[in-house]
Amino acid sequence: MRLEAKIPGGSLAEKWGRFKDEARLVNPANKRRYEIIVVGAGLAGASVSATLGELGYAVKCFVYHDSPRRAHSIAAQGGINAAKDYPSDGDSVRRLFYDTIKGGDFRSREANVYRLAEVSVKIIDHCVAQGVPFAREYGGLLDNRSFGGAQVSRTFYARGQTGQQLLLGAYSALARQAGLGAVRSLTHSEMLDLVVVGGQAKGIIVRDLVTGELSRHAADAVVLATGGYGNLYNLSTYARNSNATAIWRAYQRGAAFANPCFTQIHPTCIPMSGDYQSKLTLMSESLRNDGRIWVPKQKGDRRPPARIPEQERDYYLERMYPSYGNLAPRDLSSRAAKRICDEGRGVGESGLGVYLDFAEAIGRLGADRIRERYGNLFDIYHEITDENAYEAPMRIYPAMHYTMGGLWVDYGLMSNLPGLFVLGEANFSDHGANRLGASALMQGLADGYFIAPHTISDYLATQRPEQRPGIDHAAFAEAEASVRERIQRLLSVRGQRTVASFHRQLGKIMWEHCGLARNAPGLERARGLIAELRDEFWRNVNVPGSAGGLNQSLERAGRVADYFELAELTCQDALHREESCGSHFREEHQYPDGEAKRDDEHFAYVAAWRHDGPDRPPVLLREPLAYEEVEFVQRSYK
Amino acid sequence: MRLRLRVWRQGQDGAAGGFRVYPTPELNPNMSFLEMLDVVNDELTLKGEEPIAFDHDCREGICGTCSLVIDGKPHGPRRGVATCQTYVRSFRDGDEVCIEPFRARAFPIVKDLVVIRKAFDRIIEAGGFISVRTGGAPDANSLPVAKDVAEMAMDAAQCIGCGACVAACKNASAMLFVAAKVSHLNLLPQGQPERERRVMAMVRQMDAEGFGNCTVTGSCEAVCPKNIGLEFIARMNREYAAALLKGKT
Ligand SMILES: Cc1cc2nc3c(=O)[nH]c(=O)nc-3n(C[C@H](O)[C@H](O)[C@H](O)COP(=O)(O)OP(=O)(O)OC[C@H]3O[C@@H](n4cnc5c(N)ncnc54)[C@H](O)[C@@H]3O)c2cc1C
Ligand code: FES
Repeated sequence: MRLEAKIPGGSLAEKWGRFKDEARLVNPANKRRYEIIVVGAGLAGASVSATLGELGYAVKCFVYHDSPRRAHSIAAQGGINAAKDYPSDGDSVRRLFYDTIKGGDFRSREANVYRLAEVSVKIIDHCVAQGVPFAREYGGLLDNRSFGGAQVSRTFYARGQTGQQLLLGAYSALARQAGLGAVRSLTHSEMLDLVVVGGQAKGIIVRDLVTGELSRHAADAVVLATGGYGNLYNLSTYARNSNATAIWRAYQRGAAFANPCFTQIHPTCIPMSGDYQSKLTLMSESLRNDGRIWVPKQKGDRRPPARIPEQERDYYLERMYPSYGNLAPRDLSSRAAKRICDEGRGVGESGLGVYLDFAEAIGRLGADRIRERYGNLFDIYHEITDENAYEAPMRIYPAMHYTMGGLWVDYGLMSNLPGLFVLGEANFSDHGANRLGASALMQGLADGYFIAPHTISDYLATQRPEQRPGIDHAAFAEAEASVRERIQRLLSVRGQRTVASFHRQLGKIMWEHCGLARNAPGLERARGLIAELRDEFWRNVNVPGSAGGLNQSLERAGRVADYFELAELTCQDALHREESCGSHFREEHQYPDGEAKRDDEHFAYVAAWRHDGPDRPPVLLREPLAYEEVEFVQRSYK
Repeated sequence: MRLRLRVWRQGQDGAAGGFRVYPTPELNPNMSFLEMLDVVNDELTLKGEEPIAFDHDCREGICGTCSLVIDGKPHGPRRGVATCQTYVRSFRDGDEVCIEPFRARAFPIVKDLVVIRKAFDRIIEAGGFISVRTGGAPDANSLPVAKDVAEMAMDAAQCIGCGACVAACKNASAMLFVAAKVSHLNLLPQGQPERERRVMAMVRQMDAEGFGNCTVTGSCEAVCPKNIGLEFIARMNREYAAALLKGKT
């Protein structure tokens, strides 16, 4: 089988226009008869549900949350990029495109990334029209800031709550369609399987989390907008309930999973404080605009930071990357922090931390200006650590944050399983091996508002609603039975260990061997350990309660069971990619100065893995990355 | 340190709920309140008992999923934070801590500490939006918004939809929640065309959901994890009166 990206012809700037010009349309009078299932109501899911509802399709939107407004997107802090060039500092669609390709270390698909940059400008227009209260200047126009290593100011923001405001905008659009009856919003509803009929995605199996009942839902197209899989690592900046089950079940039904090993670790998170820890809190990257990162030059220097004189401090990012300094991209900053801590120069009780220091900025701008810019972040830091960052530097450490990998999709965001569309963080498409700050929100909304509605319509025009299989079709019965069987299996083990303890152990294995730096022996070892742990899980997990009602242990058990399998695939992908690129750092492949050594000759491709049945190794499908308008260059931020 | 937890337990079989007491194991004061419940739940699981069901997700005070009434206060002892941002160090070694669900007619209890807040979604569905279709919006900077207006709209828009305001109110009124959304949208120029319709529709739905009346005791403001102020209720009352005067329904 070959993966067809189906990229339209023409120059990069022409492709999306050409796609829309040539797309097949559905007769407006017929749209009501098409059923579309959307799973997820984060930025991607809520925006696509609302837009498809406006277009007249019959949409059902499922979330496991108690309300669509709770999706993990709500937690995004820093901002959203768009090539508006309002500050006239030299930004353009092409520059945003190029920065994203380069930031992704030349492992993303050129045509998709160009389109993302192109539609970015419309996102801001639309969100403002919806009433998203972006930050403004005194003249009443929109304010922008530079974010996450960009040299232009293209980031729009709403205090430190940009994700919240964008999600509430999309949620309100969804709510409006729900009120009009165009979208049915189904909450507390977790998708547990995908139903494939004749090679096409035609429905899902859902568990009602309150009653425990399973139900079958048929549709002409299924959209997964279910977010990333970073909780595979247990401790992460994700919401506690974010999980991979939807995309993993789709993988097992034949959807290819692309670049699972491209997982992003964010440099500025609050360090871990104990074994009971349930999540790691992100401190927005915007802090790096004014904060300076340092550690003592001397190994084991335990003096309080204020007592360490200037000349005995190592501002290592400024030293290593003079032109980007503290704004060096996430992967480089995270790796540098790990290297420094491995050398024994880390700070804090555990030695797993570096300082992020505002003393100089406070001296230059005054504490009030700093409070105005970052007050809420300083408050969060204080809440969690009981320390005052106006007086002493913050301590930060990298944490798992985002997954660039995800289900493989073509240019139209459709998986290799026709009828299955994958949007937002759940797909692999735009960020290559590393995502730039403020571009996930952009991608989620680009996919949901401006891209998928066109590409889904184009697909639906080939489908006949009257031929849609009913839920009494054998494929639905089989899928429901397999979900039921799996739930019973989980409940019947009644072993000695909690789900949480397995999740914690799996996370440790992944963080250690498939985290910031990876090598072949470590990855091999991790695969062995994961397989053992998975076996033990199915023999020894204790899932209390029954299937017949709200059972949070059961929910988590199902998700963790999926993580074992995804973890194995992630390690396999990391092992096969014998190069270092973006977030994927293979210790065997580095230059003498410790920088990543990419291998374009052998690895300039998307690695898409296809399930080949239980107990058989997955098949690797390669989509070559042929760049028409950019040239591979070594990514340098020096 | 250790605490004794008095926790509301209620099954899904229709039987009445009641309190159960659970002594905690040794706790680290830097643990979050929810991490403490995780630890207690792990112990219960290993003892063969059903763990305590409670809602949570982001664990950083933004998603509005966590709830809990802790020692009689929604979201616990500290002002301006949610339950998930409450830390064990806010309590003293040996304290007995009472944990109950949010209680309100419009928020039915599912199990233990989990309630359904779907009524809030229906209020938003009734009018908590600006009706724009995707595509065709004018350039974002074609409509300047004064900075102070944008800031005030943002103050209101910060609401996380947790429902603590309802749980704190003796009348179980949802006024603060509705006022925050009405104010956010009605303050902005984009929200003007639907200004009156919005407030009327949302208030009507609020009443239909069985939320009580507002008698301005201010208990909602005191527990709001985002410090959303009573002035927004006053603003909404004005909006409502103005719409009524214009004969809108
Ligand atoms: C702390 C933090 C800060 C961030 N800050 C920024 C930032 O400043 N800028 C930026 O661009 N990006 C940021 N990101 C990344 C960005 O927030 C996410 O990548 C993005 O919001 C993902 O959106 P999504 O719509 O793809 O998925 P999500 O928002 O994760 O939504 C997933 C949805 O799917 C549903 N779901 C999942 N599985 C199922 C299932 N099996 N059944 C039913 N429903 C299901 C959930 O209920 C939910 O509605 C940040 C991320 C984190 C963790
Ligand atoms: S868990 Fe999200 S606000 Fe508390």
